[in-house]
Amino acid sequence: MSALKIKKGSTSHSAYNLRPNYSDTIERHTLAVLVENEPGVLARVIGLFSGRGYNIDSLTVAEVDHLGHRSRITIVTTGTPQVIEQIKAQLGRIVDVHKVNDLTVEGPSVERELALFKVVGTGDHRIEAIRLADIFRASVVDSTLESFVFEITGTSEKIDAFAELMQPLGLEEIARTGIAALARGHDS
Amino acid sequence: MTKAMTGAKMVVQALIDQGVDVVFGYPGGAVLPIYDEIFQQNSIKHVLVRHEQGAVHAAEGYARATGKPGVALVTSGPGATNAVTGLTDALMDSIPLIVLTGQVPTFMIGSDAFQEADTVGITRPCTKHNWLVKETDKLATTLHEAFHVATSGRPGPVLIDIPKDVQFATGTYTEAQQVETHYNPQVKGDMEMITELARAMETAKKPVFYTGGGVINSGPKASQLLRELVAATGFPITSTLMGLGCYPASGDNWLGMLGMHGLYEANMAMHDCDLMINIGARFDDRITGRIDAFSPGSTKAHIDIDASSINKVIHVDIPILGDVAHVLEDLLKVWKERGAKTDKEGLNNWWSQINDWRKIDCLKFKQEGNVIKPQYALERLEALTKKHDRYICTEVGQHQMWAAQYLGFEDPNRWMTSGGLGTMGYGFPASIGVQMGHPDALVINVAGEASWLMNMQEMGTAMQYRLPVKQFILNNERLGMVRQWQELLHGERYSSSWSESLPDFVKLAEAFGAKGIQCHDPETLDDAIMEMITYDGPVLFDCLVEKHENCFPMIPSGKAHNEMLLGDADTSDAIQAGGAVLV
Repeated sequence: MSALKIKKGSTSHSAYNLRPNYSDTIERHTLAVLVENEPGVLARVIGLFSGRGYNIDSLTVAEVDHLGHRSRITIVTTGTPQVIEQIKAQLGRIVDVHKVNDLTVEGPSVERELALFKVVGTGDHRIEAIRLADIFRASVVDSTLESFVFEITGTSEKIDAFAELMQPLGLEEIARTGIAALARGHDS
Repeated sequence: MTKAMTGAKMVVQALIDQGVDVVFGYPGGAVLPIYDEIFQQNSIKHVLVRHEQGAVHAAEGYARATGKPGVALVTSGPGATNAVTGLTDALMDSIPLIVLTGQVPTFMIGSDAFQEADTVGITRPCTKHNWLVKETDKLATTLHEAFHVATSGRPGPVLIDIPKDVQFATGTYTEAQQVETHYNPQVKGDMEMITELARAMETAKKPVFYTGGGVINSGPKASQLLRELVAATGFPITSTLMGLGCYPASGDNWLGMLGMHGLYEANMAMHDCDLMINIGARFDDRITGRIDAFSPGSTKAHIDIDASSINKVIHVDIPILGDVAHVLEDLLKVWKERGAKTDKEGLNNWWSQINDWRKIDCLKFKQEGNVIKPQYALERLEALTKKHDRYICTEVGQHQMWAAQYLGFEDPNRWMTSGGLGTMGYGFPASIGVQMGHPDALVINVAGEASWLMNMQEMGTAMQYRLPVKQFILNNERLGMVRQWQELLHGERYSSSWSESLPDFVKLAEAFGAKGIQCHDPETLDDAIMEMITYDGPVLFDCLVEKHENCFPMIPSGKAHNEMLLGDADTSDAIQAGGAVLV
């Protein structure tokens, strides 16, 4: 799914739109949650999802403002519009949460994921692997005579496609970061 | 101004600065430094409970009866895990608590030390927020912030886990006013939405106020404003179990409690209304019954301070995010500025319909023969205690519902019951907390014998502090509500729902040095109740009642408000398979 597309049925444009027009379609939303970088804050967020039966498709977290003591958690989740609204409201009442943004409905956004691929092989497979890596603009970050480690960034779909192509060429291991996302334009 | 002191001293200092006068607790290895500081001061009274669960429920009772946050202090490991039920109870009912737990020293955390438990991990889902304080310098700030978080927005329990070395070490004490916090929930409602509600009130033909615990939590002013609003509009008002007392039971517009065991007129009004104004309630499943048949024809407004309560269960048309007192103040103002209009004719018809429903007299019962009906016991308790400004606690089960039906509450903060979690064993320790907050008041815990036994050890606490709490036990020698459900749902197979090997409650009371009274005769009930009220000290009142009485009205699981059962004659096949899976 393109990150730019606003799904049918989602009429809300803020994390606290209290008058949503609900439908039964399952939607995929990317939420950016700005939190106080306190011990246990990630456990609070994850515990909320497991405790209330919400889905997590992808989750990334890292400190983004050392002086301000803030971390950003990017969560990709799926659910009906009512569930998505509940998730945002529930996240919003965690004491350590400063802000919840629904990037899927608030306007266009960019989503990227980084992945490392270990591909083991020699001969034709090895040559094909490096040709495909070139096409996907993956770079080689480690090499032996029998293996490569590729680094690739892009949308999750691009990484999925790359993984599928590498499978018959000796793909041994993948490490993916999960999705990082930001709203396009000058507004934060 | 900064002051250097030990962490243990900071705890006591912060409690004093926050205006705490009583702490309910139980000592242990990991909190000894704090107990040592408590020993050396006179500002804060410590109440030694007999089990940590009792400490938390007592703090809850204190908080609900006084409107101030309750404080409990327990040790690490088992002390903390024993507090979990009370924390969950307080979270479900939005009761502000500060629970302090000791922890093994920081350098031993993670080593499976003696009496170590991952307290912040265990209590994360059952607190509004919690902290593990690893530096003494941060302790005072955390303590002050804890009071702020517990009492702001939707109130709730918070927990601070304090390792023993942090209690011993010296650090800098931060004053409360120096603490900055980013946690400031919105209290003022959106004026556009409030105006929309005022407009809906002007044209409503069949309006009803549906109020809940949020009115009580918002403070006495909210109840005052609610009464003004009801008087000015003439609309009928019902309340959840949690909101009893926000509008006086003697008030003209009072319909009684609604919900699963609510009054016929209240539930019918909810079902048939054209404007439902939810004030600080949360559309709990005990209120709504079957969701898709819940008040099908109404416009629904919802005033709540918690955004996650709005549209969680029931889709509402007029959502207002804010504190009840603030919103009601604005609502009254807007509605009056617009001319204080209502549809008089529509309201008259609505009231005549309601009065027809009232004629069903859904709480009627017959006291005949020589066995006391539980309803009769409560009716007499009501009559004989009404003139007191009394405080009522309950345990959980049939007696709790009968107490809600047959006792009238004239003011907020007079009714302490475990609503959301439904914790058997809540009432007795809660009554101890209430009595600590109101030493001269008449405090009665309406109990069932099974619930009461769950925390009976607190008799020791009541005796030690000379707290004249009255334990009014409706003893049917059954887990009455379980028995009722087994009768209705499980083919009258009463699996483990009777109380065998019960103690002699009179002798039990006497063993603790308290007074025991037993009554089984309707003729002597009044005298026995008077004896309980006038006795200066804790009383254990063993009221032997009809064993197989069912609690009605009842909305069976999976049914709508207008499908109430009014008595035993209605019950055959009342609940179908779909409803049987619901709790």
